[in-house]
Amino acid sequence: MLDKIGIAKRIAREVKDGMYINLGIGIPTLVANYIPKTMNVVLQSENGLLGIGPFPTDDQVDPDLINAGKQTITMMPGSALFSSAESFAMIRGGKVDLTILGAMEVSEEGDIANWKVPGKMVKGMGGAMDLVASAKHIIVAMQHCSKDGTSKLLTKCSLPITGLRCVKRIVSDMAVLDVLPAGGFKLLERAPGIAVDQIRKATEGKLIVDGEIPEMVMS
Amino acid sequence: MINKVVNDADEAVKDIPDHAVLMIGGFGLSGIPENSIAALLRKGVTGLTCISNNAGVDDFGIGLMLRTRQVKKMISSYVGENAEFERQLLSGELEVELIPQGTLAERIRAGGAGIPAFFTPAGVGTEVAQGKETRDFEGKKYLMEKWLRADFAIVKAWKGDTTGNLIYRGTARNFNPMMAAAGKITIAEVEEMVPVGQLDPNQIHTPGIYVHRLFQGKNYEKRIEQRTITKM
Repeated sequence: MLDKIGIAKRIAREVKDGMYINLGIGIPTLVANYIPKTMNVVLQSENGLLGIGPFPTDDQVDPDLINAGKQTITMMPGSALFSSAESFAMIRGGKVDLTILGAMEVSEEGDIANWKVPGKMVKGMGGAMDLVASAKHIIVAMQHCSKDGTSKLLTKCSLPITGLRCVKRIVSDMAVLDVLPAGGFKLLERAPGIAVDQIRKATEGKLIVDGEIPEMVMS
Repeated sequence: MINKVVNDADEAVKDIPDHAVLMIGGFGLSGIPENSIAALLRKGVTGLTCISNNAGVDDFGIGLMLRTRQVKKMISSYVGENAEFERQLLSGELEVELIPQGTLAERIRAGGAGIPAFFTPAGVGTEVAQGKETRDFEGKKYLMEKWLRADFAIVKAWKGDTTGNLIYRGTARNFNPMMAAAGKITIAEVEEMVPVGQLDPNQIHTPGIYVHRLFQGKNYEKRIEQRTITKM
């Protein structure tokens, strides 16, 4: 099973030179640490920045520079600042090449649920609904099962939906899978040491296994 | 030359009545009008509807106004950092309307720009779509969302001149420019007030036409919510 850093490292291998990328809170934020330094990518922050840099040193901390998770950040050379309206204009306008975000559940149709657990505290959806409705390519970082072993890759989501038919690829602690346009999770790679049968047991939705499934190559 | 400068935060908010609809700028605790929030606490105005991306934290920002029960309703996209907020929400003391962040930003922008409604893909097929018109454009579904406007919009800028032209700094810009345009009365507080002619017209973010009154703020705390550091 991959830990959070393992998932982040595997997702970093999906990043291509020249991409504009939006990283969600949690594991997706960690992905930035594993994008090869030779690659030129621009990270977008929903509050209004293109060009998120590393976290600041103590004397660089600036309360006027935060990411969408409200963490202090720095700006890369060539950054651009703008309002939150312009930020979501470029998101809805389809300018962001890749969105990486977390999920509580994904359905075999590509529906995603990640903003609300009824009966528990509702924190709000933030920018997630806007991002999933418009992103050209969405990769979800998630645990394959909950702590009690219940699958989170489902026929149909049980939690309130964030967006319909939008997830293209999933990197879980057990596998890399694509959500096919016609429905179903197509197994692409296994996490090191994980067998296809284990993934089958952990996937409640329709799993498509075609031929030999290679183990993930971790950089 | 038009001069919109008032003495201080107390004078700027003095005619905000109970039950007013307010827009309050900022994202998290970045770019929030600290001085005006403090003046609203002193004034003790109640029954407020606050349109703001977040609701502050327990002891700073809008969180302070929640603690004093001055807020009747919050319209926000994310409110997860505030235990008092959670308590009031669960006990039914506080009404909350949660809106996708991009939709919130655009509804405010539309309010300032005189656009009563628009269509967005965000929220199609979700709880957010309940009771709203859905329409197909070129094979994709979109929701109709309506503008948001406020009795008073309260924004925070880095620099302002005496006619109300504003410049923001860093990601403290966030919701402030759209809100400045969407208030019937717009109040701006600035870290640095300069005479007319000192700001480069090429650099103005909010033209003074949107601002009705402004003042030089003081004692900015600029609290940081998540101090994350690269260790050297």
